[in-house]
Amino acid sequence: MLTKRIIACLDVKDGRVVKGIQFRNHVDMGDILTLSQRYADEGVDELVFYDITASSDGRVVDKSWVNQIARRINVPFCVAGGIRSIEDAKAILNDGADKISVNSPALERPEFISELASVFGTQCVVAGIDSWRENNKMQVYQYTGDETKTIKSKRNTVAWAQEVTRLGAGEIVLNCMNNDGVRQGYDIEQLLSVRKAVTVPVIASGGAGDYTHFVDLFRQTDIDGALAASVFHSGKISIPNLKAYLQAKSIEVRV
Amino acid sequence: MIAIIDSGGANIASVKFALERLGADSVLTDDIDIIRSAKKVLLPGVGAAPVAMQRLHNAGLVDCIQNLEQPVLGICLGMQLLFSCSAEGNTPLLGHFDASCNAFKPTKQRSVPHMGWNRLDFCHEHPLLNGVDNGAHVYFVHSYFAPLIPETVAACQYGNNFTAIVGDKNFMGCQFHPERSGPVGARILQNFLEIPS
Repeated sequence: MLTKRIIACLDVKDGRVVKGIQFRNHVDMGDILTLSQRYADEGVDELVFYDITASSDGRVVDKSWVNQIARRINVPFCVAGGIRSIEDAKAILNDGADKISVNSPALERPEFISELASVFGTQCVVAGIDSWRENNKMQVYQYTGDETKTIKSKRNTVAWAQEVTRLGAGEIVLNCMNNDGVRQGYDIEQLLSVRKAVTVPVIASGGAGDYTHFVDLFRQTDIDGALAASVFHSGKISIPNLKAYLQAKSIEVRV
Repeated sequence: MIAIIDSGGANIASVKFALERLGADSVLTDDIDIIRSAKKVLLPGVGAAPVAMQRLHNAGLVDCIQNLEQPVLGICLGMQLLFSCSAEGNTPLLGHFDASCNAFKPTKQRSVPHMGWNRLDFCHEHPLLNGVDNGAHVYFVHSYFAPLIPETVAACQYGNNFTAIVGDKNFMGCQFHPERSGPVGARILQNFLEIPS
């Protein structure tokens, strides 16, 4: 049986791993290679590296660490942040990344997703969606890496998830902004809406604070994987303990 | 020297790095002479079957691969290319294994691509399985699958039962990515490296 994936997200800023609360006030969490190796050794199923500044200030992610990660670790990883052209994507994939994730550039120009999918295959292309829930409406936000530039896009989250799938995204990471960094659990309602609207894998992001939140997510939804950052970096939740806990709750994981 | 056939996929580098971690030198190439004289040959592949086959045709590699006598390991799409046909674009493949690859159908519980860690279910003994536990998890990413055939070494289940590892004489393949499958994948690659040329 396909296991539920436990994914650690490393927000990268200026070559260091950082974490903010609801995308603000970034705090240094450590060195990229050291943290990546630790997670791989602990049995993380996948890593996501997200350059949180890249999309909003027009830079592409610094490539040197992508190559170092690819040489060092033996679990899949995805690189996100400021990938705006086929050349940007090609450089990162050639450096050894398994997938690239696009967010704001796809909102600016949705056909970018189909271009990436036709060149690299849908399995390489992840659509990152930052979604904010307000009065039962789910809206996509753009340029969330920098709060001074963050804007509410015109797009409804479910419609956008369906659109990116149609265009060729092979996976969706749904970041539920209301819950991000506040450790009160995943946004089950938003995740259910998106999960049932598309056929590609959907990864939950935003809100993990305790072991029980992962159980709630996997029991109440058919979501394919759970992404978290600060609770892993801080050691509040350890990957081996989380997997043992999920296994004890009859949720299939890789141990 | 180990030849990694440059089948045009973007993230082939990770296969080369995995071999480096095992202390093995390799070269990424589409040169027929280098491939023919290599001790071992890896055929990685991501993306679409028609594109990959077109590239092998353009590089004049179809006959070359079909006639290799040293150990050959296809990875992911590279494994499927060793079969006879893919439903993806109705594409004739290299034809070592006599079966056709078909698409997964998504359901409410099963998204497609089949992406993530799934269990190996051993079908018969094979050197690639040395030191690997039956039921070990490996990392898959694919939308098409090869059916079970007599040469299936290990199966996997995702709605359909499909071939996860295949082996016949010098031709072998893994549907999953051993280079991204943690210690289990590293062991399988190591086993391949240890198969006598």
